[in-house]
Parts: sequence; C-alpha cells; structure tokens
Amino acid sequence: MKAPIFTYKRPEHLGEALDLLADNDGGTQVLAGGQSLMATLNMRLSSPAELVDINRIAALRGIEPRDTGIRLGALVRHADVLASATVAQHVPLLALALPHVAHMAVRNRGTTCGSLALADPSAEMPAVAVTLNADIVLAKKGGQRTVPARGFFQGLYQTARQDDEMITEVVFPVASTDELFGFAELSRRHGDFATVGVAVRAVKVENRLDNIEVTIFGSEATPLLSKTASSFAIAANASDKILGDMAIAIADDMEPMDNHQGRGETKRRQGATLIRRTLRDVLQRAFLEQTALS
Amino acid sequence: MTDTHTIAFLLNGQPVSAEVDARLHLADFLRHTMKLTGTHIGCEHGVCGACNVLVDGRSARSCLMLAVQADGTTIETIEGLTASGKIADLQREFVARNALQCGYCTPGVLATATELLEHPAPTRADIRDALSGNYCRCTGYHAIVDAIEAVAQKRQTP
Amino acid sequence: MTASTAKMGTSVPRREAARLVEGRGRYADDIDLAGLSHVAFVRSPYPHARIDSIDVSAAVAMPGVVAVLTADDLASVCAPWQTRLALLPSHVSPPQTPLARGEACWQGEAIVAIVAASRALAEDAAERVDIAWSELPAIADTEAAAAPGAPPVNSALASNLGLDHSFKTGDAEAAFSTATAVVEHDFTFDRQTGVTLEPRTIVAEFDPRLRHLTVHHSHQVPHQMRDVFATQLRLPLANVRVVTPDVGGAFGLKLAAYPDEMAVAAIAVLLGRPVKFCADRLESFISDNHAREATVRGRMAVDADGKLLAMDVSVVSGFGAYSAYPRGSVGEGLQAVHMSAAPYRMANFRGRVRGYYQNKAPSGVLRAVGQPIATTVTEQLLDLAARQLNIDPAEIRRRNYVDTATASARSAGGIILSELSLERCHERLLKLMDYEALRRRQAELRKSGVYRGIGLAAFIEQTAVGPSLYGPQNVRTSAQEACRLTLEPDGGLRCATSITDQGQGTRTALAQIIADELGVHLDTVEIATGDTQSTPFGGGAWASRGVALGGEAALRAVRRLKQNVLTIAGSLLQTDAAALQLKGGNVLSAAGLAQMSLADLAATVAFKAHLIPLTELPSLEITESFAPREQPYVAANGIQAAHVEVDPELGTIRVLDFWVVDDCGRVINPLLVDEQIRGGVVQGIGAALYEQCIYSADGQLENGSLADYLVPMASEMPDIRIAHMETPTSATTLGARGVGEAGTVAAAAAIWTAVNDALSPFDATMTAQPFTPERVLDRLAASSQNESEG
Repeated sequence: MKAPIFTYKRPEHLGEALDLLADNDGGTQVLAGGQSLMATLNMRLSSPAELVDINRIAALRGIEPRDTGIRLGALVRHADVLASATVAQHVPLLALALPHVAHMAVRNRGTTCGSLALADPSAEMPAVAVTLNADIVLAKKGGQRTVPARGFFQGLYQTARQDDEMITEVVFPVASTDELFGFAELSRRHGDFATVGVAVRAVKVENRLDNIEVTIFGSEATPLLSKTASSFAIAANASDKILGDMAIAIADDMEPMDNHQGRGETKRRQGATLIRRTLRDVLQRAFLEQTALS
Repeated sequence: MTDTHTIAFLLNGQPVSAEVDARLHLADFLRHTMKLTGTHIGCEHGVCGACNVLVDGRSARSCLMLAVQADGTTIETIEGLTASGKIADLQREFVARNALQCGYCTPGVLATATELLEHPAPTRADIRDALSGNYCRCTGYHAIVDAIEAVAQKRQTP
Repeated sequence: MTASTAKMGTSVPRREAARLVEGRGRYADDIDLAGLSHVAFVRSPYPHARIDSIDVSAAVAMPGVVAVLTADDLASVCAPWQTRLALLPSHVSPPQTPLARGEACWQGEAIVAIVAASRALAEDAAERVDIAWSELPAIADTEAAAAPGAPPVNSALASNLGLDHSFKTGDAEAAFSTATAVVEHDFTFDRQTGVTLEPRTIVAEFDPRLRHLTVHHSHQVPHQMRDVFATQLRLPLANVRVVTPDVGGAFGLKLAAYPDEMAVAAIAVLLGRPVKFCADRLESFISDNHAREATVRGRMAVDADGKLLAMDVSVVSGFGAYSAYPRGSVGEGLQAVHMSAAPYRMANFRGRVRGYYQNKAPSGVLRAVGQPIATTVTEQLLDLAARQLNIDPAEIRRRNYVDTATASARSAGGIILSELSLERCHERLLKLMDYEALRRRQAELRKSGVYRGIGLAAFIEQTAVGPSLYGPQNVRTSAQEACRLTLEPDGGLRCATSITDQGQGTRTALAQIIADELGVHLDTVEIATGDTQSTPFGGGAWASRGVALGGEAALRAVRRLKQNVLTIAGSLLQTDAAALQLKGGNVLSAAGLAQMSLADLAATVAFKAHLIPLTELPSLEITESFAPREQPYVAANGIQAAHVEVDPELGTIRVLDFWVVDDCGRVINPLLVDEQIRGGVVQGIGAALYEQCIYSADGQLENGSLADYLVPMASEMPDIRIAHMETPTSATTLGARGVGEAGTVAAAAAIWTAVNDALSPFDATMTAQPFTPERVLDRLAASSQNESEG
C-alpha cells in the first residue's frame, strides 16, 4: 500500500499555508500529525493533489492560558496535552479522556486539532470539545472565525470547516472549582476507537449535582450532547435505581449507528450502562463522605 | 510528476542528507534507501507498531511519517539504539527470557520499551498498556512484559 | 556459558535471538538483488465474476513499468495445478492458474500482475488496468452453498460440495436412546485468518543461461515448494533452489502454494530478471488462506455418573473458492470430527463433515488445524452434561479420562493414543490454579453481582505427524525430517537439517541434543536450515514436528557420529573404543584423562588419514532421516484452564488468569516450550474473543484491515502460568513429543467453558465464536426472554 503521487509543501509561516489552501480547488490537505491522513494515503483511500505540512509553523505551537481558557495550538500533540500540568489542573476532562486515545506512538505525533478536523465519530477529542463547548478557531486567507464546538460537528466526518480553512487552535474553558468531570469508553481493546463513550460535566451545588451535561460519542455520527441530561439534578444519596432510570432516559437521546461494533440498539443499552456508571462515579467523587442507597 | 525534496537530519547519531520522493514514507526510506532493515513493516496503516522508531526521542510509527518530514529531526532506529548501548540491558533480558520468537515485532517493541522506561517503576499493567500498540503474534506478550519489568526493576536499583 | 548448560532439559536462550533483538534479522523483504523489480497485482473486486476483457495498454505506458501480465502470458511458463487427494476423490478442486483466467472466484483473486521499478509505481499502473467484468451470483455462506440449485462457486464445478465424510464407532444411536442425560448444542466458529506480522513475501530470480531458479521465500516448507516450482515451471528439480530466510511468523498460513507467489516465480522465468512480491496488509486479508470457518451440531450422551457413552458430531466446513494446494482444505473439517472426545473413554461415536466451496478466499490450515473445534465442542458439551447432572466440571472430566497404561488405545474418533498422562495433568492443574479457592470466590462474588467463570479444557494434540497422512493421498509433501551432521576439520559441528524455524527455537534444541551427546560447547554446533541446496530432503515446520522428528533425526545422527569418533579415537589411541568418553570437546580415557581434542581428531581424519590404523575409515558425516513408522503421529496431552469475568450489562469479557499443564514428553528446552505454549494460548484466546472475517452476504470482506480485524493485543491478555509433565514417548529414542500447537488446541475451548460457566446463573450459553459484546448481550436477552415466556 504505497501512497499515490502528490506534491508536498512545507510553509514556514501561517500566511503561506493559508495561501496554499486558498489556491487549491479542494485538492489540498493539511498534514499535521498525519496519524489518520497518512493511513488513508497509504491505503489509497484519498488522493490529494497537494499536501501542506504545517509542522514548521511556530505560531501553531504551544499550550497557553488565555482569558477565555487554555489554548492548544494546531501543532500540540496528544502527548503534550497528557503531560501538561496546566491542562491537568484546568481542563481535567482532557486528562481523563487522553489515556483512551490510541497508543503512545500515535499520541506522540497526533494532534488535538487534527482529531477535531477529522471528526471521526469514535474519537475522544471531539466529544470532550463538545462537552466543554471549546472554541475552535478557523483561519483562512484574509481572516479567521471562531466556531464553538457544539456547532462545529455537523455530520459523519463533516465539520463547519471549509476547504480553504484550517484549524489554528482550540481553546478549552477552564474548569471552575465546583465542576466535576467523568469519562468512560467502551472499546474492544485498549486504545481502539470507541464503540460507545460518555463524557460528563456536572456542577456540585450543596447536596446535589446540577447542570449535568452528558455527551455520547462513538455510536453517534457526531458527539451528541444530551438534552435530557440537562433537565436532571442528582441528589447526593441518589439510588442506583434513580441513576439507572436517568441513564436510560439520557440514552434515549442517542441516534446510534449500526456497524460491525454492534446494532444501534445494543449501543444504546451499553451507553445507558456507561452513563449510569459514570454518573455514579462523579457523584461519589463529589460527595465522598456520603454513601448512596442502592 | 514525482516531487522530490532534499532532507538533512541526524540518523543514529550521524548527519545524513538525501533526495527523497515526497510520497516515500519514513519506514521505506530507512529500509530501502538507508539499508537499515531492522525497522519492519507490518501494516502501513499505523496499527501494528512493527515500524516504531524514535523521532526526537519519542516513539513514532515510521509508516505514518513521510521521509521528507524527517528533515531537521533526530531519528534513532534499532540499529542506532543497539550501537549506542542504551538498550543493551533490555536486549539481554529479551534474549534470556525468549521474549521474542520470529523477531519481526521486536525492534518496534524495543522502541516502545525505550520510551516507557523513561518513566520509573511501571507496573505490569502499565507495561501492558504501553505495549498495547505493538502487535506480537508469536509470544502472547507474557515474556515481553516479564523482560521489561525485570529491566525496570534492575534500573531502579543503583 | 559452560558446556554443562547446553544439556538437554535446560533453558538455553536461542543464539539467533541476539541477532534479532539488534534488528539484524534477514527477512525476505530485506533481501535486495541487482536489477530487482517489484510486483503488484490487480485483484478481483468481486466475489464472483466473469472476466470479459482486460485492457493493459494504459498500464503498460505508466512510468517505471517493466511488464503487465495476464494468465495467457504466464501459461507459456507455468502449468495449471489441481488439488487432488487420492483417498477423497470427491474433494475435487478446479484447476488453478497463477493468474485467474476467464473467471474470478473470490474477492481478492489475482488477475493481472504489474512488474515495475518500485511497488509504488506498480500500484500506480495497477490503477490504470481496465477490466470489463460481468458479475456472477456469489455464494458466501455454507448454507447458501449447500442449498439445492445453488449456483456454482466456480463454473468448472458441478457441485459446491467438496467433502462428505462420515465415520462411526460402535452404536451411537443406541447409546443415545438409553442414556441418562443427553445434551445438545450448536456451535459457530467464524472464519479466521493467520495475520502473520511479516506478510507473505517471495523473491524469485531466474538465470536464463543455466535455467536455474532461486526463490527466497517466507515459507515453512522449502522442500515442498522446490518440488512445486519445478513441476509447475517445468524445470528439472536440480535446477530449483528454495531458501527460507528469517520468517516473521507462519502458523500454517505459509504452508501452501499460493497462486500469486507462483505467478511471481513464473514471472521471473518469463522475464529472466529478479522480481519481488510482498503482500501488503490489505491484500493479505483477502489473499492469505483463511481457516476455521465451521458450524457444528454436537450431541453427547452420558450415564448417571457422568460417564461418556456417545457423541454425535456434524460439522459443516467452509472451503473458500479453491482447495489449498497441495494439501487440500479438508484438514480443518476432518480433524474437527476425528479429534472429538479424544482424551476420553467413549465407546460410541458418529461423526460427519461436509465441506462446501464458497466465493471467499481459499481456506487452508491454521495452527492446530481443526483441533480447537473438536476440543471446544467436546469440552463444552461435557460442561453442559455436568451441569445437567449437577457434577463438578473438573470431576466429570476426571471420571472419563482415557487410561493408556496399555501400549496404545484408539479414541472413538479414531485417534491413536499411547503413553498419556491426562489424570496427572489434571491433578497438577487443579493444584496450580487452586481450583477449590476459585470456585469459592466465584460463589461469593455472584452474590454481589460479579460474574466470574472457570473453564477447563483437556486436550489431545496430534504431533510429529508423519507420511501416512500425505503419502496415501498422493500429496507430494515429505513428512520425514532429516539431519546431516558433520564433524568439521576444526572440530566444529555442522548440522544441516530439513526442519525450519520461524521462531520456535527448534535450531537451539537440536544444537542442545548434539552438544549434549558429544560433550561439546553449544557454540561449536552450527545448525543450517531452510536452504534446499544445502539441507537434506524433508518436511520443514508444521504439525508440531521440529524437535520430535527433527530432534530424533539429530539424535540418531549424533549417536552414530559419536560411535564413529570413538572408533577412530580408539584406533589412534590403541585402546578399546568402549572405554572412551567425550567431554568438554575432548576424548577422555576411562580414567577421565583427556587424550585428544575432537578438533585434533577431526583434523587427523581430514588431512592425515594415513595415520589412522583402520582398514575402513568411519565417516564423520552422518545423515539420518526419521518419520514415525508404527504410528501415524505421536499424540500429546494436557489440560488448560481459564478464569474470566463477564460484565452482563456491557457484554464484555475480561480474561483474569490462564493456566496450562502440558505433557510433551521429554522437554529439551523448557524456555522454548513455555513460550510456544503461551503464544499458542493467546491465538486461541484471540479466536474465542476477537477474531472474525466478516463477509457480506454476497462475499465481500468487510473488515479487511488491522483496525477492523481484531487480533489479541497486550492489554487484554492474561499472564499464562505453565507447568510440565514429562512422559517420554517410546515412538522415538529422544522421547520428545511436539508442542508447537498445544496452546491453540485448547485455549479457545477453555474460554468457551469459562464464559459459559460465568453465564450459567443466567441460563445462557454462547453458541458463536468470537464472543463479541453484542453476542453476549443477545444471548443474555434471549435467555431472559425464554425465562419470562417459559
């Protein structure tokens, strides 16, 4: 499986890269980590006329705190995010999700923004971005715009990004002290793409969890933020039955796809189990002293 | 037609320069241009880990990198790791425990192990976790985990 | 390392391992030749289609292209072949050509060969080949193949039925009608593929002046392939040389003659230039021989004490588009029947296997060949019987093991058993795993909704398979193993052996046998394998034969050599040879004093033979060949156990622990044996939990990549604890039985019995392997539905 012929450009500056994207008619692809693109090229599943390698563009590097949150440049690798104390402290959901992303060698090269741009339904980063409603910055020749994650993922492998745009950075909001996060994923083997996965954000308010946000991914064409979840509050002593019913109601929002990992309805059942267990996990961490009734 | 580029980089501690086709991936470049056949190809879609090398000190799938991307980097293959002596203890342990049979996955496994052992005291679960991206069909992994665990312990004791 | 550490029975590391850990392996794709061209194939995208026309004009004009070849082009140098088995005349496979002519019968069949300066350029040109197809009806599953009026998989076939074989012992029907308990279960084994990490690779060079063909082949049986290439390419056998370099995994997948590899050899002859083909991973999935696909209905009758009375097994096996050449595709199905209940006393048996062709990749053999199926069916039915009679699963097995205190016994399935140790292995296993403690823990955890399972699988393994399996079938595969042992003038030993080594370590075991007998340092023994030009004729590697047969040949050779050495030494020293010994590379007197070194003796024979006062000079080069004569193979035995935990909400399964007690007779190198067992076990776990070739109803492979075909990886695999029993076989002097396939023979069965044990509180029993989470959930849902309806 050898890649088809293409031309290769390696701009030193963002402006050059954006010019190259503007000049193409859809035949140009951005090469960042290459962990997905190179595989599809080797398998001849895609044949772009030109690759634009952005790995030299200094402006795209760096994990930095900003007013609006923690900024990850387009060249920030999964491994960098996993190793970052800033991220561990301020965006704990990323730290929870990253160990599930592929394997060490892939995390060393693959980028967060690359994962967002690909929008693979089984990938973890889009789900985290949607849960936190991260800001995705798209640049093109002549300007840039910011698209919140909840509006970015539009269909299977489809995003708001136009052919002449590239993601230059993503900004994740900083967690506040009363926020808790949970993450769980069902995959056939460690590091495989998720069959179904769950990301949770909740706020601890007195004796309950409120503002509950549950994103389901893996089974869905795009990460699905459950509308039903946000209508719930969970008491600190909520029983397994209550959590179970809640989870089933949340899982009802799913629109799971049928594929080799299972029929949609199987994934809904598995999703409900993951949701219940993750909510239980978050609840226990929020209220360590109190015990739940089963 | 074909798009060629000049690259210059450090390969196993030596400066190297070459003219490469844009589409040539790093694994093929190492094996067939540089004749360093110790890096193996098992899938060319980034799943099996047979092609793992160290790029700027970190393990990476050489089938998922273009040779042209090696420009300006520092690359270590199994040949360089051997010559430097820095994995001699791993290699001895692998041989002693028969943590390899056909040997095809081994260079990729050793690249992974090299990176893993930069972190102190991995548990068996940590080791299996780190190895989860290296496919071995012969050993069933147990002896490989034993070998890496033994080396980790020996490196701990001064 | 001292000479003492080379002894048989010690864990000596493999010498080649030092080279391999440094990346100094030499696999077929590492071989470069001057003027080498590369081959890529245009393969059929359809499971079944007529080839109406092929237009190569655009492809030929592409950069770097040397030639674009079709079936007609290769016909001038390569004859078609046809798999035929003399004892199974109904197993007819249509004639095959290296490139398909007229009709493609599986998605992935090679149609056109592109020869170019690089693989990338060959693939570019392959995209420009224009083939006009007419799709034909495609048969994917065996049910469709068996249906009356089913369209033929291959238009040259009258029927899709490629095998219908029945076998019986005693009177199964009578036994069933009078039994206390009868259990019945349906089993589905999904199709698997070997996924060797090194894909199939072949480099062929032909010198048109000498008409010599040299093939560097990633393969298990170079002597077989030499014969095949010579026959098909109409070359004298003496003009063909096959060399197997380092091989990155084989497992039975690299045992057959593949049409695309034959095409490469034919291309070398046709063009008179060297060519290389390395299957890439995607084409490996659709062109490697697959294996295991079977559905089985099994019934078992037991008496009130759980004693086995009878079994009735009906197997339907999937052959794919052609019968593998030259050994056929019947092995998996036949073994699945004949190995039923092999470890147990049972008087009555009825077995039937039907095999059907399908528009899928041809099916061949995979490690353990059909034995995993027989073991799974037997062990799972035994567990169901145990449950019905409320007998502990370990106990029901103990009550039924065959006792081979007498010279030999024959199982109800016809398997020849002798000198087994099933009961002792059983007792050892229960201690090793602390069976009672695990059962107690299981019961406790069930109360808190944690479902663990313990599964046992006793097994018989066919090892050291000899010529009686191939000769009567008229299959040109040698099943004896030979050793040509030479004492070189410098005192070193050179053993050229017919066995091949893909990582099993057989070379090291052979060196240990030789070094131990001669009292020399292991490093002075050189083992040469894999080159038909310099090794004696024989088999190679498959059916767990390396040490059992190759080691036997080496032992016989070294004993004769020792005899000759001592005779010569005796004459030089003017003493009785019987009083002399060999130790530390020297000839010692009866009193233990070194009299001369082996090196000196060898040099004397080589250069100063006039000094030796013997009228007949015994040779220092001995060739011995060995194959089992009284028995067709040597049975080995053991027992395995799995400890699993099932999550009934997610359907996921974790393998917590695994144990094996194996008796492979005399153990030459415990390190090698342990690792062969472990590797085999993980392949079996992979089969039970992960591996399946998913085909659409019309024969398209839907998961043909390593991302989608799931092979077992490190995080999911357990530690595997092993203990040995050593019951030497009297079939050989060495006493070693084979062990290469032992792990795979029973590991899937142990997972079956463990998972079904975990699910027993739900009254659910799995029927289809691999146990995907969805299959587990579906089975749980089905039984809870039965409960609510029942």
